[in-house]
Amino acid sequence: MTMRLLTTLGTLAAALALSACASAPTELRGTGDLGVVIERATGRVQIVEHSHDSSLGSVDGLGDLSHAHVAFSRDSRYAYVFGRDGGLTKVDLLTRRIARRIIQAGNSIGGSVSQDGRLVVAQNYEPGGIKAFDADTLELLAEVPAEYAPGKFSRVVGLADVPGQRFAYALFDANEIWVSDLSDPRKPVTTRYPAGKQPYDGLVTPDGRYFLAGLFGEDGISLLDLWHPEAGSRKILSGYGRGEEKLPVFKMPHLRGWSLAAGQAWLPAVGRHEVLVADVRSWQEAARIPVKGQPVFVMARPDGRQVWVNFAFPDNEWVQVIDTVEKRVIHTFSPGKAVLHLEFTPRGEEVWLSSRDSNRVTVVDTASFAVRKELPADAPSGIFFTSRAQRIGF
Amino acid sequence: MDRSLLIHVAVLLGLTALAVSAAPAAEPAPTPERQQTLVHMVRQDCGSCHGMRLAGGLGPALLPERLAELPDESLVATILNGRPGTAMPGWNRFMDEAEAGWIVARLKEGFPSLQ
Repeated sequence: MTMRLLTTLGTLAAALALSACASAPTELRGTGDLGVVIERATGRVQIVEHSHDSSLGSVDGLGDLSHAHVAFSRDSRYAYVFGRDGGLTKVDLLTRRIARRIIQAGNSIGGSVSQDGRLVVAQNYEPGGIKAFDADTLELLAEVPAEYAPGKFSRVVGLADVPGQRFAYALFDANEIWVSDLSDPRKPVTTRYPAGKQPYDGLVTPDGRYFLAGLFGEDGISLLDLWHPEAGSRKILSGYGRGEEKLPVFKMPHLRGWSLAAGQAWLPAVGRHEVLVADVRSWQEAARIPVKGQPVFVMARPDGRQVWVNFAFPDNEWVQVIDTVEKRVIHTFSPGKAVLHLEFTPRGEEVWLSSRDSNRVTVVDTASFAVRKELPADAPSGIFFTSRAQRIGF
Repeated sequence: MDRSLLIHVAVLLGLTALAVSAAPAAEPAPTPERQQTLVHMVRQDCGSCHGMRLAGGLGPALLPERLAELPDESLVATILNGRPGTAMPGWNRFMDEAEAGWIVARLKEGFPSLQ
């Protein structure tokens, strides 16, 4: 009798323990198909997966996520979320909890992970400069203030990890490109190169060789060959505006290493409603493609056959697709209001698009352009998949 | 009797103060619906450069303590016409002078939150 009662109690206790665990993910799973969607107004991120196109849950308490950026740990288990308010949060994608969180600056716009995965580096507006943290503990290891003249600090843009434990970035206020070598993370070594006027963002080509800084203050792009840094930086696509008056830019374009496709670089013009195409061998202009508005993101599908473009206010409900062989727009559509970002799945069969003012993320088939799914999200902005962890310059 | 008169005067004074502060250029305030649109535009679209909390980014902070010393007219002109040589474009395609004035008044007192 007593024995039977004890067994029953034991079973009950086990069942209770199980049900308590059910709210947290317990099954083993990989992270290669996971991603993060920023819900910018609520300081929250959704954890999503693109094998079945679903949301797994959310994590909140991440602060001001306007202009938030995400980089991933080498093992793709953790997302480093960089907030506008200087918050740097390490989010565990599997348990969907905050693993660590620090406030590392007053005003920040993003960051990147070193080649060996051991450093997380943040790029900051206030105080202007970069900071390197231990990727496990988020302990501060080094700081490179962007002090370009005595007492003068620049806002840092376009930070990209490049081979050799180096980071390339541009100084908006100093018209320079800097490359910091963090091989010894406690003793960064920085080299300065002139850039053109007001570099607004930067990118490194997928092989890590060329760093490009887009210029706001003049028509053109600064190019630094990291295989021949001694040759210095040079300007390409200069004067693409041909002296014509610029159209107003209601949102700055963004650059990243997705710009290369079919042997060419596909870049947003600034103050012109065009996508600029440059040959990657000669860096000469190869074409310009008229588009619907001021391009913000110009992103190649991973195979390079298509380039997708979204736009600045007030044309931000539109998305256009360019065929990279025909070099013309082949599809124009609106997935929702205020399309802020898009992200391809690793091999590009689908793309996820965030519509801030329609409160949803739309998953689109890139071959048929059919909508595969719509996921509700609260004013979504950036979408980041873990496949970024395996790429140079993300 | 005295007390209720005082209350009436106080309420009237309060209303007058409100009306004055809400419309610095003596223009009619935007409709509540339009106010929502303007708040959304400032927080979200101006927010791309100035930050959603208006604490600054590529554009400067638009918080009351920073704007206090700047004259309303020059802030309105900046919103409508932009600032050449900087990344600030003119927004006169999207709002009129009274609406820009309404935005400046709200910025100076602490900008409303998104609904």
